[in-house]
Amino acid sequence: MSILELDFMRLAFAAGTFVGLLAPAVGFFLVQRRMSLIGDGIGHVAFAGVAAGYLLGISPVGTALVAAVLGAVAIEWLRARHRTAGDQALALLFYTGIAGGVVMISAAGALNANLFTFLFGSILTVTNGDLVLVAALGAAGLGLITLLYRALLATALDEEGARVAGVPVGALNVVLAALTAVTIAVSMRIVGILLIAALMVLPVIAASRVAWSVRSTIFLAMAIGLGSVYIGLTTSYYADLAPGGVIVLVSAGSFVVAQAASTLLQRRS
Amino acid sequence: MPLAVELRGVSFAYPGGAEVLHEVDLAVEPGEFVAIAGPNGGGKTTLLRVALGLEQPTRGSAALFGEPAARFSRRARIGYLAQRAQLGIDAPVSVRELVSTGRVPRRGLFGPMTAGDRAIVEDSIERVGLSAQASSVLARLSGGQQQRAFIAKALAAQPDLIVLDEPTAGVDVDAQEALAALLEKLHRDLSATVIFASHEFGAVERFVDRLVLVRGAIVFDGDPAALPTTWHDPSHVHP
Repeated sequence: MSILELDFMRLAFAAGTFVGLLAPAVGFFLVQRRMSLIGDGIGHVAFAGVAAGYLLGISPVGTALVAAVLGAVAIEWLRARHRTAGDQALALLFYTGIAGGVVMISAAGALNANLFTFLFGSILTVTNGDLVLVAALGAAGLGLITLLYRALLATALDEEGARVAGVPVGALNVVLAALTAVTIAVSMRIVGILLIAALMVLPVIAASRVAWSVRSTIFLAMAIGLGSVYIGLTTSYYADLAPGGVIVLVSAGSFVVAQAASTLLQRRS
Repeated sequence: MPLAVELRGVSFAYPGGAEVLHEVDLAVEPGEFVAIAGPNGGGKTTLLRVALGLEQPTRGSAALFGEPAARFSRRARIGYLAQRAQLGIDAPVSVRELVSTGRVPRRGLFGPMTAGDRAIVEDSIERVGLSAQASSVLARLSGGQQQRAFIAKALAAQPDLIVLDEPTAGVDVDAQEALAALLEKLHRDLSATVIFASHEFGAVERFVDRLVLVRGAIVFDGDPAALPTTWHDPSHVHP
């Protein structure tokens, strides 16, 4: 029997399609702005949101989304106002998020196997409701990136030049942080909170080894992201492994292949 | 017509630091071509940053086209090349992609690139002599060519004021002269106000109308031909 005949696999692949496309598209701008670790930081805040969901008895995906967006905006606010250095702002949110999450999750008596599906992803847990949320937020995220592509690129290439020319750099940074938060909330069912940052970063690093422009880097990264999700989900089903880990290992493997291809191309030219 | 740039009694010190600029007065007419010269640490970059409203003077005032610099309402009309301008990113960026971002301030955040925008981008690339390299990855070009690409990005905004901070830094003497000649030509063709800071003013002074020498304060302001010969030595100490 084909794995696509199974309802839960169809849901996982459908949700995974949005995850595989959105994560590298957002990740491109994070990597270029030397903010690769912000995804990790916001992921830990999202964990506190999941815990709050358990404690309150409401949808952990919804509470994770709210917590992640608030955490992302807080990090950007602290960073932009120079009240706290970027890495310190990240550490503050990172550790507060994970500690708050652990306290709330233990208070809710939910330190169990179900929690691991949020941390490392699961192919069994994507519901129809999740898919609607993932599709809506994923499409909105991709649409926003398309609309703001040039402005985000202008800021990434030359932040000071953009600021002098009146581009609202601060607002764009907040939008990017919020997009990161949405990506994490959208992806946590498939890849898991602890690993989603890798799917935002690794395909971009791999693509930049062999691409020839910004546009080709983004499209290649999205293709690698999508391929990683599909291969990861399939492997996860047949080998009974947590999908998040497999997806990220496939992404890491794509970097090795891209680096080798880049070295070969340079030797030939 | 208001002055393009006007600094009145500007002093500036970074928090906890010594004064970098002291009582600086500077008036730049629209359409002037001015070189701001001086040694490293002399305050050239700070002067430009105050003039552009990126830094608030500790005393005095800065204005752009008659408006307070910090609240200047027509920022899309400024083309700026920061000191040691280089790509902030690791991904391969083509010359055309870089120059296209120069249109963002004119198109707005959501504005799509029109055929007119694309024509302006190609024209800007052509003006700096990089048409043959328009699709090339910027990082694979020479330092001088990369600087030209950044200048094309500034031109793509169709600016009234072009401010370049050390555009000739890090390139060889021939490239410095070529860049200065290019700026002079652009100034002539576009009728924009051009201000650029340079440590190596020997290579550029013959192209400009006016040289302003900064060493914490303005120690010379006038025709480069009137600059005393000994002052060409950057180590020369002024009274």
